[in-house]
Amino acid sequence: MKADPHGVLTGTHFIDGDHACCEGALAAGARFAAGYPITPSTEVVERFAARVPTVGGTFIQMEDELAASITLQGAVWGGAKAFTVTSGPGFSLMMEHIGYAAMTETPCVFVDVQRGGPSTGLPTLPAQADMMQARWGSHGDYEIIALCPNSPQECFDLTIKAFNLAEEFRVPVMFMMDEVVGHMTEKVVIPPAEQIEVVPRKHTHKSIQDYLPYGTNGDMVPEMAHAGEGYKFHVTGLTHDERGYPNMTPQMQDKLVKRLQNKIRTAADRICIFEQDRLESAEVVVVSYGITSRVAQRAIDLARDRGLRVGKLRLITAWPFPAKKIAELASQVKAFVVPELNLGQMVREVERAVAGLAKTVAVSHAGGGVHSPDEILNTIVEASR
Amino acid sequence: MNALDQTVNPVEPFLRTDRMPHIWCPGCGIGTTVNSFARALIESKVDLDTLALVSGIGCTGRVAGYVKLDSFHTTHGRAIPFATGLKMANPKLSVVVYSGDGDLAAIGGNHLIHAARRNIDLKVICVNNLIYAMTGGQSAPTTPGHATTSTNPYGTFEPAFNLPHLLDAAGAVYVARWTTFHVRQLARAMSEAFAKRGFSFIEVISPCPTLYQRRNKMGDGLDTMKYYKDKSKVKHGAPTSEVGLTLNGEIVVGKFVDRDRPDYQSMMRAQYVESLGERYIEAPETECVCD
Repeated sequence: MKADPHGVLTGTHFIDGDHACCEGALAAGARFAAGYPITPSTEVVERFAARVPTVGGTFIQMEDELAASITLQGAVWGGAKAFTVTSGPGFSLMMEHIGYAAMTETPCVFVDVQRGGPSTGLPTLPAQADMMQARWGSHGDYEIIALCPNSPQECFDLTIKAFNLAEEFRVPVMFMMDEVVGHMTEKVVIPPAEQIEVVPRKHTHKSIQDYLPYGTNGDMVPEMAHAGEGYKFHVTGLTHDERGYPNMTPQMQDKLVKRLQNKIRTAADRICIFEQDRLESAEVVVVSYGITSRVAQRAIDLARDRGLRVGKLRLITAWPFPAKKIAELASQVKAFVVPELNLGQMVREVERAVAGLAKTVAVSHAGGGVHSPDEILNTIVEASR
Repeated sequence: MNALDQTVNPVEPFLRTDRMPHIWCPGCGIGTTVNSFARALIESKVDLDTLALVSGIGCTGRVAGYVKLDSFHTTHGRAIPFATGLKMANPKLSVVVYSGDGDLAAIGGNHLIHAARRNIDLKVICVNNLIYAMTGGQSAPTTPGHATTSTNPYGTFEPAFNLPHLLDAAGAVYVARWTTFHVRQLARAMSEAFAKRGFSFIEVISPCPTLYQRRNKMGDGLDTMKYYKDKSKVKHGAPTSEVGLTLNGEIVVGKFVDRDRPDYQSMMRAQYVESLGERYIEAPETECVCD
């Protein structure tokens, strides 16, 4: 369906990534946010708090991130599209509820504007060190989807994508910004509502008698009902059967947890998006994401000026990880260079997919700033020898 | 349905009978409170299609799984914020939070006081068995001094929360306490809460014969009923500062607070109308997120 024009601020804007993310959420149909202030993410909900009463929605500032991350899920079961926004310490507090959203198949978006950690770390400075936490932070086996914008324009475009994926797969989607992308101001073009495609809730059309809250029809994503519609369904974080009733047997655990994984894994090729450039002729491939991809672009250009055959693979979806694409390239190239603002997170995934067929070299940075293009360039030069 | 018809258990239509038997122990009071709850639903003629029930984790947290309503068994301590989101997104819903003392007052204590402060329109039923029962009888913030628990084997020494006093101070519009002996009064209190707009809090003192009464040599479920009968004192309007519980002591019961103040959504609407005028679009008047 097309976007509700109420939420779409069509035009050309000069705004930062946090504000663009908020506009993306509104364009995607999000009419509920629960938040708790935390630098460098707060601008997203500040804008939402100002905008949402004029488009027909609600913002509530909760008493902590534990509350915010479950209040939004209550709103989803009440019929809204909903999200929350946070940064490192708050993201850590939200982990249990990411698991709850995965288990109960509550479509929602968690925005994490990454800053330096661990602990309070660097509240006002960037990092990309929550990438593994986004994937594995809650206990148990589950799958999520994570997107990494590298510009305010993408903060708008990909926030819409995040909501759409959340609805399509009934899964929590992690929107992994970083402080630089969040606070960087650039041109953001917001198209007319009729040009914005939004995925509606996968709402059941079944009768009350026929409705099975966790029954599936081959695509592994159950149809949803909302509270107040007469279905009288039950939702629990316990291992449950198709009726939504607790059923704590190894058999049910196996069936449920595998479906929760497979609904994402079997669709991974379709979900994975990346930007590629000159991979066919590449000897060295630079794999990057978020703000680091923009520094990497400069390093790639400089290396090409020196006659090196360098390809670019920019991860837009970090999770699911495009392992297949990396594996295909691994037999053709000498090396993968992976710059990121952490001491080695996504590089491990690259290494795993490469499976020893090529060199994998990290260009790590503890955060607090971005790489200099030269750091990446030197590694490219080294790796191409 | 006639509530007085003796051939059908009048509470049965409110239960997921396909989930029986339930997990609660013989002598446990939680089932008794659910019975009173069902009777309150009959009495107050609440539309069951627009009634949602939210629980946290623990023995009382399992109530959500047994009632034939839109029901949510959430995470430990977070029933109130989940219920808050549900109510905000669909203000037409009547939302009940049904959980235990450990869930609501310990791990969820921050949410409890803030929801009362905001006066979110929720009906909170807190079954207080004075311990953590599901996990084996550990001390709770409600355990009276000197009681023996699995984590205070030599007796508790922490001061306990007086929940009606806490909720009174935090701003709840309705605060009552009953025991599982007072099934009719409890059902009436629940009906009164349904009729009220804003944050209502009903504490139900309930036995855990398996883990609290046994360890403290207080007898079985029946002995506890006798204790509740003999030691309860009805004091409507009692100052909540004076209703704290002690081990084996008097239990002050009754309706302590019944007042009116605007609930969160009314205040929100009024503020937006004042500040934004015609620019304010009330949620959720826009289209459904569904096809």
